[in-house]
Amino acid sequence: MGALTLSLAQPKHADDLSRHVRRDADCERFEVAVTGARCAGCIAKIEKGVTALPGIASARLNLSTGKLLVQGQDIAPQAVLRRLHDLGYQARPFEAAETLTAEDAEGRFLLRCLAVSGLGTVLAMGLTDAVWYSSDMAPTLRQTFFWLAAGVTVPATLYAGQPFFRSALKGLKARSANMDLPISLAVLLALGLSLYQVAHQAAHTYFDAAVMLVFLLLVGRYLDYRLRDKARGAARHLLALQSLLVRRLGPQDMVETVSARDIAVGDRVLVAGGERVPVNGVLEGETDLDVSLVTGEVLPQAASQGMTAMAGSIVSGAPVVIRATARVEDSLVADLARLLEAGQQSRNQYVRLADRAARLYVPAVFILSALVLGGWLAAGASLSVAVTSAITVLIITCPCALGLAVPAVQVVATGRLFRRGVFVKSGDALERLAEVDMAVLDKTGTLTLGMPVLRNADDLPPGLLDRAARIARASSHPYAKALAAAAGPGPVAQGVTEIAGQGLSCGDERLGNAAWIGAQGDSPLWYRDADGAAQGFDFSDVIRPAAPALIAAMKTRDIRAEMLTGDRADIAARIAGEAGISSWQSGVTPQQKAARMEALRAAGRKVLMVGDGINDAAALALAHVSIAPGNATDISQRAADMVLRGDDLSAIIEAVDVARRARRLVLENFVLAVAYNLTAIPLAALGMVTPLVAAATMAGSSLLVTLNALRLARG
Amino acid sequence: MEGIGFIIAAALIFGLVTLALLLWSFASSQYDDLDGDAVRILLDEEDGPGS
Repeated sequence: MGALTLSLAQPKHADDLSRHVRRDADCERFEVAVTGARCAGCIAKIEKGVTALPGIASARLNLSTGKLLVQGQDIAPQAVLRRLHDLGYQARPFEAAETLTAEDAEGRFLLRCLAVSGLGTVLAMGLTDAVWYSSDMAPTLRQTFFWLAAGVTVPATLYAGQPFFRSALKGLKARSANMDLPISLAVLLALGLSLYQVAHQAAHTYFDAAVMLVFLLLVGRYLDYRLRDKARGAARHLLALQSLLVRRLGPQDMVETVSARDIAVGDRVLVAGGERVPVNGVLEGETDLDVSLVTGEVLPQAASQGMTAMAGSIVSGAPVVIRATARVEDSLVADLARLLEAGQQSRNQYVRLADRAARLYVPAVFILSALVLGGWLAAGASLSVAVTSAITVLIITCPCALGLAVPAVQVVATGRLFRRGVFVKSGDALERLAEVDMAVLDKTGTLTLGMPVLRNADDLPPGLLDRAARIARASSHPYAKALAAAAGPGPVAQGVTEIAGQGLSCGDERLGNAAWIGAQGDSPLWYRDADGAAQGFDFSDVIRPAAPALIAAMKTRDIRAEMLTGDRADIAARIAGEAGISSWQSGVTPQQKAARMEALRAAGRKVLMVGDGINDAAALALAHVSIAPGNATDISQRAADMVLRGDDLSAIIEAVDVARRARRLVLENFVLAVAYNLTAIPLAALGMVTPLVAAATMAGSSLLVTLNALRLARG
Repeated sequence: MEGIGFIIAAALIFGLVTLALLLWSFASSQYDDLDGDAVRILLDEEDGPGS
């Protein structure tokens, strides 16, 4: 043990964070999540400080995302992290695999499409509008203008329309019609019809309408993508801060820092007080374990040599060595991986509002244009007039506004929640949240603070708490911290020694468990003064101040609240009573939590799950929609649809309110868009739609739904 | 009427040049950190952008 503490104090790190470094042909990239950088001074300090390290060619901090990109040869990741720490910033490496995702590429592509269609719109308008303004234009000149417009518009639209064409094809392959199908059809038909008309010397074309349509829709899509990307980035940042760097003991107890994922079965890992156990393992010494994240039990438990420590437990006593019995991936609660996957699948089956609307809209539009075609033919019109009118109907009913109706609202809602500290990770999470009629909450760490708080402070003899707190301040044990917190700020005793599994001693005074103090009683912590008089301290977890208000707010919104906890029944009953929850279950295993979710789903309830522990992850994945506080375990954050920046529970209610208002606005937008299109259909069916009418309808309805969506930003 | 031909040609060329510049600016990550770029101008370093 002596050698161990020595190597702790003077770390001789043989670093192995190489998994976080990505190697390209001629250069290495290492990405770090940096917290606390806010200003130009921070940028200069960090970039200069890191670049000065050996092997580093460049360091560039992205202030928007808090991501520091380090490039060079033979980068020493640990040196970079240590330098950042010395400069006063919290820093954790990103997983190399997580650094550049397909979503980044998608965002870039959308932006390129936006630029191409934007320029196409400007040029097409200039070329076709000129034709409208001078009716006495010579036919050959008009023709030249049209061919020029075609030359600009056709390639621009075909390139920039790819996001819609691909999505429509994907929908067709899955044998379902989405909103992109009528959009793609309208765009392609407008191009085709215009080319036909130009070739036949007609007076009208739809080139500008086709490319403008693509441009307007891309604006909505790109903004939607950008905001969600920001939310995802923030959530990833939170996750990176959670990522575990662990100290592995090599030969001769040499300490090396590695990523938790590199721990193999049989490795010995040193876990200091306050740190999280990375993998399941057997204890090689005595300590106290805080298992609240694993089981929901708040009070620390004494653990002796040879006992198994579950991954996710927090060592609250003396530092201890653990011999791993499983790797990180295998350390989860049994079946968790399977349950997480099942949850993902059930989510994928969710049909978004826009797609539900498309299933009604698409057939209706096709039938309508078929009727128009039949009607003209029956009335004795020529085939070319009938086909032109039918195609005009398809173009004019193009759901441009429908395509904008959802993204416009999403953008405003996601942006508002982002500022409030709610990171919405998936696109349909808000839609699912709006449908919620029941909430299942975890107790420990969600409804409660998740740490012991001194309960019998009022019953103590005067001055005793201050004397005990002097000793307690020297320790990081949860009980000691609770005692120090109850006593408030004050001096710390000199010469305190901590005895693992027993307590603290300072001269003749002792603070520790009953047996060690020599006292009789149930209290988990005792203080014995120099005269031998003993006094016990009682602790319990306490409810978050915001919890009762949260439950009350849910009630007024017709959301039934239920509490599931792995903790004991008496504690669960007390917390449930204080929070105002009438239905609760205690002693629930992670599997039972997941089973409860499936039972509620089968019963037709739409459940919002809020939880933070490892034992909640499966339930979070299986719930209709889920929220994890920012201090939740990484597995829970990954499983949840939304992550809170802090642990402010009132943000949950705001998220529900925004989601419900967003849903109402989306429905309003659908009505507005359809009504707008309906007014134009008779004109199109009668063959009276000019390109001017088409352009005005489209821009007008898009503007209308966008303005309607903006109402969500206020109030 | 020759004026029109000249203006149209100029519009197309300027448009394409603008587009090329825009695409180049996207590709060189100039829109990735707007917050950072806003404050970087305050730095007194000699090094230029992208260094």
